[in-house]
This record gives sequence, C-alpha cells and structure tokens, in this order.
Amino acid sequence: MVQILFAAIKTGTPLLFIALGEVICEKSGILNLGQEGMMLMGAVVGFLVSYSTGNIGLGVISAMAMGVLMSLIFAVLVLHIGANQVATGLALTIFGTGLSAFIGADFVGQIIQGFQPVAIPVLSDIPYIGRILFSHDILVYFSFCMTVALIYIVNKTRIGLTLKAVGENPHAANAIGIKVLRVRYLAVMFGGSMAGISGAYMSLVYTPMWVEGMTAGRGWIALALVVFASWRVGRIMLGAYLFGLASIMHLVLQGFGWSISPNLLAMLPYVATVIVMVIIGADHFKEKLLAPRSLGKPFNPRNMA
Amino acid sequence: MKLKSLLVGLGLLAGANAALAEDPLKVGFVYVGPVGDLGWSYEHDLGRLGLEEHFGDKVETTFVENVPEGADAERVITQLAKAGNDLIFTTSFGFMNPTIKVAKRFPNVTFEHATGYKMSKNVGTYVLRTYEGRYVSGVTAGMMTETNTIGYIASFPIPEVIRDINTTYMAAKSVNPDVKIKIVWVNTWYDPGKETDAANALMDQGVDVLIQHTDSPAPLIAAEKRGMRAIGQASDMSKFAPEAHMFSVRDHWAPYYISIADAVMKGTWEPKDYWGGFKEDILTIESINPNLPEDVKKKINETYAAIKSGELKPFTGPIKDNKGNLVVEAGHTLTDVELAQVNWYVEGITDEIPR
Repeated sequence: MVQILFAAIKTGTPLLFIALGEVICEKSGILNLGQEGMMLMGAVVGFLVSYSTGNIGLGVISAMAMGVLMSLIFAVLVLHIGANQVATGLALTIFGTGLSAFIGADFVGQIIQGFQPVAIPVLSDIPYIGRILFSHDILVYFSFCMTVALIYIVNKTRIGLTLKAVGENPHAANAIGIKVLRVRYLAVMFGGSMAGISGAYMSLVYTPMWVEGMTAGRGWIALALVVFASWRVGRIMLGAYLFGLASIMHLVLQGFGWSISPNLLAMLPYVATVIVMVIIGADHFKEKLLAPRSLGKPFNPRNMA
Repeated sequence: MKLKSLLVGLGLLAGANAALAEDPLKVGFVYVGPVGDLGWSYEHDLGRLGLEEHFGDKVETTFVENVPEGADAERVITQLAKAGNDLIFTTSFGFMNPTIKVAKRFPNVTFEHATGYKMSKNVGTYVLRTYEGRYVSGVTAGMMTETNTIGYIASFPIPEVIRDINTTYMAAKSVNPDVKIKIVWVNTWYDPGKETDAANALMDQGVDVLIQHTDSPAPLIAAEKRGMRAIGQASDMSKFAPEAHMFSVRDHWAPYYISIADAVMKGTWEPKDYWGGFKEDILTIESINPNLPEDVKKKINETYAAIKSGELKPFTGPIKDNKGNLVVEAGHTLTDVELAQVNWYVEGITDEIPR
C-alpha cells in the first residue's frame, strides 16, 4: 500500500505541476489549451540541455524558459491580436508536438542520469508517511512548496486578489486601474513555466530519456483536473494524486492477479474525468460560481467606452 | 480525353522504368517504434543498413518509423507501394491485416510481414523463435530470483507473447519448482513511461527479476534503480543497467533481409513462412554480465548451446494448460504452425489470458 501511494505521488507530480500553471492562467480568465505542446517542448529542451551539458538543474531551468517562450507565442496571439483562445491553444499543442519531435529526433534513445531521490532527514523516518511523502526527488518537494505558496498567494495576498479580479470582471478591474493585459501576460507565462517543468519532470525524472510524444496526453488530463478541482489550488493537489493513482491502478491490480481486462482498468482516469465533468456540469449555478466568469472571453482595453 | 492521354503517358513511363534493368531494387520498411527505441525497431533498422551495405548501389531503401498498428499502417504501406518500392517489410504483428489488404492492390510488389501468420501470393512471413531466448531467460530468472517471483511485462495477448510467457515459466520451473510468475499487460510495444510503471508495480509486489516483451530499455533502468535484475530485449541493452542487466536476447535481421532482397532480384522469391532462431544466428544471447554467479553463467551457456543444437526443444509434450487439458501430447514437439496458434497458459500460471 505504501508503495502504491508512493508511486501515485510520482505519477501525480507532472499532473500537479501543469495543472497548477493552468489554474493560475484560468483564474486570470485565459483558457490555454496548449498545455500538451508546452509540456512536450519543456520535456525535449530539458532533456537536450541536460544531455549536452551534463547539468540537470540547468535542464530544468531551460525547460521552464522554453515553456515561457511557448506561452508567450500564445499570449501575443490571444492578448494582443485578440485571436480565439481555444483555436490558438489547440494550434500551440499541435505546434509543440511536431516541433518537439523534430528537435528531439537525434536524441531518441539516449540516456542520462536523471534526478536521484533525496530522503529528507528526520521527516523520511516517520513510519509510512515518511516513505510516501519524503523520500522523493527534489522536483517533487518543489511541487509541494509550489502548491503551498500558491494557496497562500491566491487566497491571502493582494496579488491573488488582483488575479481573481481580472478573471472575474476585467472591465471593472481595468476601471480601478489594474493593468488587465499585464496580469494576464504574467499568468499565461507562469502557466508556461509550470508546463515546462512538468515536461522536464517527465524526461529527467520519470523516465530519464526523450521519446516523441512522451507526455502521452497528460496536458489534457491537467485541463480536466482544473475543472475536477473546481479551480481551487488545494484540490488540484488532491486531484493530481488521485489521477496518478488511477493511472497506475490497472498495472498494480494485474500483478495481484485480478482478471479484469487491463483495457478497462486503463480507462479509469478518463472515466473519473467524465464523471466529475458530469457532476459539475449538472449544477449550472455551481458551475457559474466556481469558474472564473470571464474565462475564455477576450478583453481589449482600447474597445472600452 | 486529357486524362486518358495522361494515363497512357504514365503507362509508357512505367514500361520504360521496368525496361531499365540497372534500376536499383527499392526496399521499404515500416517500423512500429522509433528507430531510436534501442530495441525492436532499432535492430530492424540495423538490418536495413546491413542490406544497403551488402548490395551498395543495387538497392535503395526507405523507412517509416513510429507507425501505429491500425488504420495509419494501411496508409503508410500504401504510400510505400505507390512510391515504387519493389519490396516492403512490415515489421510488427499489428501490421498483418493492413499488409494483406495493401498487397492485394499491389500484386507486383513483394511484401514480407514479421511475426504474423497470414500469407498470400505476394506476402511472405518471417518469425523469430523468440521463445528460444525466453527459455534461457526463464532458466536464468528461475535461478536468480530470491523471492521466487519473476515478473513479465507483456504487450498484447497475441500468440507470440503468450508462447513466450509459457516458455519463460516452464524454463524457470525446470530449475526452481517454487517459482511464480506475475504478468502485467501494458497494451503497447513502446511506451517507456508505462513500461516503467509496470516494472515498478511488479517490483512493489515482490518481483526481483524482470522479463519484458516491450521494446524500450525503461524496465532495465527501473530495475537498476532498485537493485533488481532484468534481461535486455531485442537489442544489447547492457549499457542501460550495468548492474541489473543479466544478458540480452538480440535480434539480427540483416542476413534475412539480404537473402530476401537477393531472391526478389533474381526473381526466385516465393511466399514462405520463415522461422529463425538460435540455430540460424538470427537470434543470439549477448553480453552476459560478468557479475552473475559462475553456475548461472555456465547454465546460460549450456542452455543456449542445447537449444542451438536442437537437443532441447522448449515445446515438447506432455504439456498441460492451466485448465488441466493436455495441449501437447507426450513425445510431440509443436510444429511451427501449431506454435503460431498457442492461446493457452501452461499449468501453474494462475492468471487468465485477457480477451
């Protein structure tokens, strides 16, 4: 059991990173469907840099930078030119998938020494919990810190308030002097950096190698996760580990000799997503209450009366 | 009218092409994974390069990698045929039906499909006796496991995989009567992430020796991290896990590709169901880890030699399936045709084959 939960955290971590980025982005009112593309670019750049320099820390930083760069393409199109967010996001995913395959072609099958687990002294000696939570690699701890920091920032600080104001009603926010576009730019870039680090986690920790399309739809699962968590940062963490658990469950159960079709078990995370969507979608009032009101709507300060 | 003259023109062109005897033989390859998987597809590509090296200017090869087993495969094979390839190798089980379908539409192109069982006028098949490698793997795993539990990362429930699971288990049991096998199906040939998850799930449940029927070195890397043991698949995977790696069962395709291309050039090719293994050196045991105990190393070499010489034949009866039916009569050894139809687990495997 301890092993399964330990593995669930490992599988949930890339989901956690990317969903944290997306929730901040969506809280500012921007829906970025380019997660998968940004994540793949992060994965390939992180691997490339680590492979050629031998420095995995540098790899992670470059992956984040690449994610930001990708998100900037999106931001310029959506925020400046006012392009449709859904279409632009999809385009970003397709672009990232193709470009990452192209860049990484020569590096397929190369291996690197990824991040090694670091047990935190004292904490990792706690029975059960120590093994499950405190004997991971450094990126997992970073994701813990990131979640806590974001919960605090979003709920308790002026920055969080500004972010939510922009996402709920950009016109009102603009009227009281908040620079709506600047806030949205920053939110999108933050989303990009998280997607980048999530990709780096895949190619440097999870399976320390580069393979075309290695993120295998995690960017899309993250989008569902944000809805699953009803845009609350804390719940995202819970959801990420639940999804992580669901995605390894079919492998674990087989080992125990369950004779359920592995195909059915492999569907679990996706079924979970659909069920949550149905539950949330069934209550219109709730849906409106939870989702940022201006999500997906363009805002152009010059068009204001 | 215009269309007609165009067609006539094309026909003339085609005729002119055929007339030029000096034309190189165009050979196309379809791979299920990336060339850089360092496993199955990688070895097929080495085979392709071997073909080029052998014939030089007389052949011209192309390949398409990462082709999913399904509708896309048919499109890719059709394109290769349309592009004027004279000989097309489709190198994964799931390409079987698309290959047969496309072959019907291109009767002048020769097709060779790996690991399948359907042939036609212009489709031959070639199969590796991977179970011979599994036998050596099973014996080694049976000797090396301390928990008496070996893990098998399986791809798809097709005869080749089921056959290999059976051989692994029978071989392990021949040296260790208490051995158990845990099987996890990942439903993919190549997905390092999933292969890692499967490897870890197995090791969490007491498995200490991993055998994989998937193509990436990810399970070896996972075993290395946790101080367990594993066996390289399709290609020499020793460098991925210096401690964990016990040996690799390697595929060598070049000799076969050369012989087929030669037959097509000479016009002597006909559809055959080719089976090759240790004896033909198309399958070999390589890079035995020096860190293995002496008796295990000795046993590996003995088993390898016994299968190579034909003294040891893995599927010799009496064999019962796990429901108690006698599936191989005493004294009978399964023929190649029967081997291609194995759809039962041997006695002692407690799982059921997923349907």
